[in-house]
Amino acid sequence: MTGEKAGDQPGKPAGEAPDAVGDAALAGRERLSEQVARTGMFGTETTGDTSGYGGLVVRRPPALSSPRPYGSYFDDLADDLGRSLEQAGVKFGEAIERVVADRGELTFQVSREHLTTVAGRLRDDPALAFELCTGVSGVHYPADPGRELHAVYHLVSITHNRRLRLEAAAGDSDPHLPTMVGVYPTCDWHERETWDFFGLIFDGHPALTRIEMPDDWKGHPQRKDYPLGGIPVEYRGATVPPPDERRAYE
Amino acid sequence: MTPRTDAEAEGRVYNVGGQDWDDVVAAADEAGDRPGEERLIVNMGPQHPSTHGVLRLILTLDGETVTELRPVVGYLHTGIEKNMEFRTWTQGVTFCTRMDYLSPLFNEAAFSLATERLLGITDAIPERASVIRVLMMELNRISSHLMAIATFGLELGATTVLLNGLREREKVLDLFELITGLRMNHAYIRPGGVSQDLPSGAIEKIREFVGVMPGLLGDLRKLLDANPVYLARTKDIAFLDLAGCMTLGVTGPILRSTGLPWDLRKSQPYCGYETYEFDVPVQDTCDAYGRYLVRMDEMEQSLRIIEQCADRLAGRRPAGDARVMIADAKIGWPAQLALGPDGLGNSPDHIKHIMSQSMEALIHHFKLVTEGFRVPAGQVYAAVESPRGELGCHAVSDGGTRPYRVHFRDPSFANLQALPAMCEGGMIADVIAAVASTDPVMGGVDR
Repeated sequence: MTGEKAGDQPGKPAGEAPDAVGDAALAGRERLSEQVARTGMFGTETTGDTSGYGGLVVRRPPALSSPRPYGSYFDDLADDLGRSLEQAGVKFGEAIERVVADRGELTFQVSREHLTTVAGRLRDDPALAFELCTGVSGVHYPADPGRELHAVYHLVSITHNRRLRLEAAAGDSDPHLPTMVGVYPTCDWHERETWDFFGLIFDGHPALTRIEMPDDWKGHPQRKDYPLGGIPVEYRGATVPPPDERRAYE
Repeated sequence: MTPRTDAEAEGRVYNVGGQDWDDVVAAADEAGDRPGEERLIVNMGPQHPSTHGVLRLILTLDGETVTELRPVVGYLHTGIEKNMEFRTWTQGVTFCTRMDYLSPLFNEAAFSLATERLLGITDAIPERASVIRVLMMELNRISSHLMAIATFGLELGATTVLLNGLREREKVLDLFELITGLRMNHAYIRPGGVSQDLPSGAIEKIREFVGVMPGLLGDLRKLLDANPVYLARTKDIAFLDLAGCMTLGVTGPILRSTGLPWDLRKSQPYCGYETYEFDVPVQDTCDAYGRYLVRMDEMEQSLRIIEQCADRLAGRRPAGDARVMIADAKIGWPAQLALGPDGLGNSPDHIKHIMSQSMEALIHHFKLVTEGFRVPAGQVYAAVESPRGELGCHAVSDGGTRPYRVHFRDPSFANLQALPAMCEGGMIADVIAAVASTDPVMGGVDR
């Protein structure tokens, strides 16, 4: 079982002699090479911030897998899926890039090549029996180069009363994922919605057309680079800027 | 009405203005349009009165038989999910309550439960707030089901059902108005609890409601349960079995009309549903009539739950247990509203507290109202059993004061996908019954 596989962080030295100081220095250098997620603390760029936190630099945390045991029914589920995938000739570690057990929910980050295989095993294997898919939700992470667009699938097993989340990612330059319609036909409209809002192309979908926006709409509105829009509102001499131009405390 | 030849691919197009069907038929005969072929494509909606809002159905008809049905949605897209990314977590409630406008409290509850799970405060929600949430959701289930059954009747031609249904629904809305101040779009259930406690006299009103409602539901049953016209229009109509429901992601009364007692309140309880006594009604007919019966039975079960809520809320409670908002001052919205001589507003006690007694309280108030609270990064999925099925909220936080992404899995959206499976091969008149038994709310479908 390779559930402990440590994320997708490159440049991790393996098999070196234990050298606490060297490791710490290396870890520090690695940390500093991470992408900056945000600076400051209160969203102000000017001298208005007298908190002393103006110079704060927050880097993007490394994407780590949860260590075993995951707790709850998650370990059984991962074992069963591993066994089931073996039967299909796929290694668990190949198909599942990361396992995240967080806040009582289990997430499998699935590589897009194996997405339909994994979903098919999850649906058909009696030990897993995830009969119901409650749809696809897209998320856009512009700060995650090469994996900007995520599709998130929530599965329910009515037989075992369990829930599971699958997550697959594709880059902005190659926004393709295989369609799940063959496994879960309910994904038809949900994938159309995700295409409509994020520009994720689901290869093999029977009719990937826009569903919420008009057919001739330009752009994909739920992406982070798509502006919210709005006009300033004037009331009794004071002007309220549109929501996306108001101060954000990020 | 004039025949007009469009491009080859589209064929001849007839514009129908109403009351002119004979003209259409005559014009088609005259033009000798494709002799021997009876295929007709009818565009039903988006403004058709029986489509529950702006749902468009493209029907291909062979005589009176529907050979193909394509639902088209998107006419009511309002960008609620996008807008929520530009507001604080607390403000998000005022947006998502407007999605499925017949069950606003379920939208609020799903979003609040997701936010609370992200914050890790699910167990810190005051007991009283959870009981009030259950109470409000069950009241809302009754009002939503009443609307579904009332419009169902109207669409099949029974105006009495509509009038009775809406009259009884008004009783629920009166309770909502008393408790939240509004008939819809309440923003009452919020991350951390509910916005305010029940006003004085609310428990008595609720008990009064629970007293009269069984009789009124009985009247509705007398109108419909064994009505030969209603039975003819609903029995064995819009068939969808368990396999179809699973495949197409259908939940709610449609799923329970196939005999599977899948109800999240029982199977994956939230808000303390495991502590209430109620049954999950099922039917095994897989048809429109079965869905109607499930809805009627569910309303009766909701009344049971409401009665238990009223008992718990009316019971003597220790002084510390009166909160309806989480005790953590960094999350719980600070003020309780109070009715003053000039209307509803911040309670004078709270204003006195922050303005002249406690510097910290003032800072908390200011920070919460302007900035909001930070939510640790991560993602969760919280689902509640709405009147239409599983309403899920997928919330993603990047650690900031605003949601990074909120997605609602609206049951109407998934259930509408099953319409072709229910309607194709049936009569066109049964499409109306199929749509009505699905009970879609376009505000939730399009968000």
